[in-house]
Amino acid sequence: MRECGKLAVAQVRPALGDIAQNAEKHIEWITKARDRGAQLVVFPELGLTGYQVQDLTLEVARRLNDPEIVRVVDASRGIDAVFSFVEESDEHLFYVAAVYAKDGEVAAVHRKVYLPTYGMFDEGRYFARGNRFAAFSGRFGRTGMLICEDAWHVTSPYLLALDGASLLLVPSSSPARSVGEQDRFGSQSFWRQLLQVYARLFGAYVVFANRVGFEDGVNFFGGSFVLAPDGEFTAEGSVLEEALLLADVDIRAVRRIRYTTPLLRDERMDLVRAELDRIRAGNGGVQS
Amino acid sequence: MKPAIRERLALNTDLTVATLTAFIREETEKAGFQRVVLGLSGGIDSALAAYLAVRALGAERVQAVLMPYKTSSPASLGDARAVVDDLGMPSLVVPVTAQVDAYFEMMDDLIGPSTPLRRGNKMARERMSILFDLSAHLGALVLGTSNKTELLLGYGTQFGDMASALNPIGDLYKCQVRQLAAAVGVPQAILDKAPSADLWQDQTDEKELGFTYDDADEILYQLVDQRLSVSELVELGYDQELVRRLAERIRRNQYKRRTPVIAKVSGRTIGIDFRYLRDWGL
Repeated sequence: MRECGKLAVAQVRPALGDIAQNAEKHIEWITKARDRGAQLVVFPELGLTGYQVQDLTLEVARRLNDPEIVRVVDASRGIDAVFSFVEESDEHLFYVAAVYAKDGEVAAVHRKVYLPTYGMFDEGRYFARGNRFAAFSGRFGRTGMLICEDAWHVTSPYLLALDGASLLLVPSSSPARSVGEQDRFGSQSFWRQLLQVYARLFGAYVVFANRVGFEDGVNFFGGSFVLAPDGEFTAEGSVLEEALLLADVDIRAVRRIRYTTPLLRDERMDLVRAELDRIRAGNGGVQS
Repeated sequence: MKPAIRERLALNTDLTVATLTAFIREETEKAGFQRVVLGLSGGIDSALAAYLAVRALGAERVQAVLMPYKTSSPASLGDARAVVDDLGMPSLVVPVTAQVDAYFEMMDDLIGPSTPLRRGNKMARERMSILFDLSAHLGALVLGTSNKTELLLGYGTQFGDMASALNPIGDLYKCQVRQLAAAVGVPQAILDKAPSADLWQDQTDEKELGFTYDDADEILYQLVDQRLSVSELVELGYDQELVRRLAERIRRNQYKRRTPVIAKVSGRTIGIDFRYLRDWGL
């Protein structure tokens, strides 16, 4: 594990349904990130397939051992790579998945748990839900992955932080919405505030890797960023265009923050579990 | 308009222009086209679309088409020419008088005198058919110029001015079109004049609709974007008759905003459970 280093965010514009072209770009950008000194590069949600795949799901779904996936995983030599695609399981269920590839191997897979199915989103129609948030060992220590909407549920980063993660990676396909008078999209402002709170509450590095490009008029805004554990933005990408973002990471900053503001230390898992049990046993909570 | 609503509808013009120009550029180029073609009426909507397209693609890749009818106001043609001159874009003047008059001469004999509605629709569809002809001739996508207010109210001709390949301004209310048009440099004469379909003399949109665009935008924004109900808006003090009329127009004109519905017979039906984006593979 490295304490200090550099990570990259590959803010790419995927072509809808064209895995070969997207995989080519991933491999090219992995090399570019490594050449620029990064030890980890994070790609957006569904960067290999495009976001609104709808009935293309059946065509673009891949297993972990399919050739295109193996090729991208194989490119993770000298640099770790996080990338995302539609993963088909042995049972032929289709997941929005992110792979953490390291030394040419799959080190971890996260299947998106929270599938937005409301308003402009329709993921629950096509995809199966993942069922766990688990941290794992990466280049910069304990790491966790949250795919886009996963991060809009406060319990997701909470679980990963309790599982030891000090680096949260958030591959996303977030559309620009609610243009107002501000110099940022409404959805962009929300992401910045949300993840800044997480960085501070959990004393963790947070990486927001958002794609760019249009799909039938829906505009994915980019605006990727990296947050240090004190909530400072250490790198910010432009909007509406492809960009390779670089940020320094120093895990010792996590140590200092978690000593200075030991919120994680003071968490009470037993209390949370007991209260969850009580709520479930009583009125069943909001989902009764 | 209440100041709070005006504030909610105000746009950051730089960010909006950046978004809409990226939209025009990317959606055009990834579909394999280098150019767009649009009808310039002399009004604010098509002028804004032209300024956005020229910013996105450069003037030489945006073809303007001016399609006057004999009763069109000369001032409209003059305003459209001012846009062409200001942007330095290629333009064509293709009058629709001969074909529209020939058609109604024949139809009036067959089925009796036409109405202004039918004549207006015919002109709009004639213009659409010219634009799509030029689309094939130039290898250019047709740019739409209907704004959100018109689309919601159904104040346009189905398969006429509502038809296009790409519409950069369809999610902008009329007041937002005005704000953006001023920001990109649309000539003052166009910004200042009363919006008109210019189908007959002294026609204005607001006279024909029976309400102002500002009033409509204020209520439509709350009905559509904020999902308030008619009764909630009436509680807030808006005129019940107007709110109801607008809500009813939205409902009644839904058909204009959709592709034709298809009777389901098979296991997989276009438009129902055959689901792909238009940007499939792009």
